Amino acid sequence: MAETLLDIRGLKTWFKTDDGMVRAVDGIDLHVDRGETVGVVGESGCGKTVTARSVLKLIDMPPGRFEAGQILWQGRDLIPLPNEDMDKIRAREIAIIFQEPMTSLNPVYTVGGQIAEVLRQHDKLSRKQALDGAVEMLRLVNIPNPAKRVGDYPHQFSGGMRQRVMIAMAMSCKPKLLIADEPTTALDVTIQAQILELMQEMKQRLGMAIMLITHAMGVVAETCQRVVVMYAGKVVEEAPVEALFGNPRHPYTQGLIRSIPRVDRAAEKKQRLEAIPGTVPSLLEPPPGCRFADRCKYVTDICVRGMPPLKEVGPGHYVRCVL
Amino acid sequence: MAGSTPVSLTADPHTAAAVVVKPASKARFSPAREAWRRFQRHRLAMGSLFVLGLILLAVLLGPLLWRVPINEIDFAAKLEGPSWGHPLGTDDLGQDVLARLLYGGRISLAVGLAAMLVACSVGVTIGAIAGMSRGAVDAFLMWLADLFLALPALPLLLLIIYLFRESLKSFFGPEGGVFIMIVAVIGGLRWMQVARLVRAQILSIREKEFIEAARALGASSVRQVVRHILPNALGPVIVAATIDVAAAIIAESTLSFLGLGFPPDIPTWGRVLFDAKDTIDIAPHWALFAGAAIFLTVLTINFIGDGLRDALDPRRVL
Repeated sequence: MAETLLDIRGLKTWFKTDDGMVRAVDGIDLHVDRGETVGVVGESGCGKTVTARSVLKLIDMPPGRFEAGQILWQGRDLIPLPNEDMDKIRAREIAIIFQEPMTSLNPVYTVGGQIAEVLRQHDKLSRKQALDGAVEMLRLVNIPNPAKRVGDYPHQFSGGMRQRVMIAMAMSCKPKLLIADEPTTALDVTIQAQILELMQEMKQRLGMAIMLITHAMGVVAETCQRVVVMYAGKVVEEAPVEALFGNPRHPYTQGLIRSIPRVDRAAEKKQRLEAIPGTVPSLLEPPPGCRFADRCKYVTDICVRGMPPLKEVGPGHYVRCVL
Repeated sequence: MAGSTPVSLTADPHTAAAVVVKPASKARFSPAREAWRRFQRHRLAMGSLFVLGLILLAVLLGPLLWRVPINEIDFAAKLEGPSWGHPLGTDDLGQDVLARLLYGGRISLAVGLAAMLVACSVGVTIGAIAGMSRGAVDAFLMWLADLFLALPALPLLLLIIYLFRESLKSFFGPEGGVFIMIVAVIGGLRWMQVARLVRAQILSIREKEFIEAARALGASSVRQVVRHILPNALGPVIVAATIDVAAAIIAESTLSFLGLGFPPDIPTWGRVLFDAKDTIDIAPHWALFAGAAIFLTVLTINFIGDGLRDALDPRRVL
């Protein structure tokens, strides 16, 4: 078993609102080992992004609050850490890239300047050295003609190119873990594939781990070794990628997999896309039972009475369901 | 924001030409030279820069070339219109208006620019602290700004001048002391608008994704403000600053009029304008030229501010 880099234990990130506590992340356990790619999937509003931001402590407090749990980074709990110490971990140890490459770059600086700034922030480099480093990073993420493009502004880049720049910025301090928060959602399919491939390449070259947050099951199948399925602030299933797609145990996971659009089937049988009925429940004071209960086909009395525990159903395969 | 104004590389003829001709050897412009190139495209701003340059040259070198004394009283030639002897005419004491305006312009411009710098630096600092800290500190600073906005300025000015004029005069000399006091008073009472503006800008920009991205990559709060937020908030601040120059020039004339500013024998532009207002029906040239000097200065500074804002915003294609 490889060394565990990130170990989230029983994390609860709640938000205080006028209507009460929103339990966005409600007691999740998740770990990432050195060099592995872990997918975190679930639909909008299930707490994926809050989990990612909690790790880097990018949650605004208030209204946010760590209600319970630990975020262990190489054995050290990040939650009580002061902001100055967090700044040293950000980018150097854990880096993050966001969903929106169009707005994640500062419009008034050249891309080279922005990469150089990240480099200079963490290492003592001269302006010239940092700019050379920026050219090198742009070359690494396959931006054509990097020596010239380094002086261009973000608006002169396309969406896919900007996401490459974001990756270059995130990679520039050679972090051990890259959190990618829906890195391909805003891009079109061909660019998505290129970006995923680039992330894999970076991962192999620098030997880092990736925590890939997405709602695209196809992306997960393509890139991850292990998958964590989240629903309404809870982990409902965790499994190696083959087990998850071959033998999904939780009704929610099954629904997710069935709702993947399939070009071949749709064309042949004129089959309608199968959606999971209903919407994510409110995270305000949730009922005690299984949170998927009111959308579940197999719901029984036990389901609404209490939260089912996470049980092991195969090697490394856990599911939070009574069935 | 950035995404809403997508500009393709080829839309810029300058870059496009460079790509076609010699892609590898294109010299990278420094940001300052690039801004200057873009500023030059703004015709009004370039024209204004020229006119303001002329005004500055005139007030700096004019008194050396136009050697008519500013306070030579000649009742035989009072309230005369423009002539070869007095190109801008004379005032009610027969003093040469051109000489007085050239001399007074030095003080008016210096006061305007210095007071603007004071107002902007105080305003930006307070606005940035308020915008970044939010909560109690923000509330307190904005309450302070409201307080200053609500305070009747004149009684406050009287008090400050009564308290500090003599000690400043003895320390910096009569003119220097009055200059420092007036700049401090005008700048100190005009920071609130800039502070509110900067705070509002910071509140909106700090929620943008690129600020979060900077934070995620380990930028401290100070670094976020100085490197990422303020450069994006520059446009409105520059515009406010140019308006402040104008307001300071006018505020100085109010003070001079009340006898609280420079002594009456120093003919700042505002002072000349106020002196001229009583005879505007029989000698309009007097007020007209003083007013024109203020008007031209303020107008050109505004246009230059406009050009600067465009030149410093890389999203605009110029």
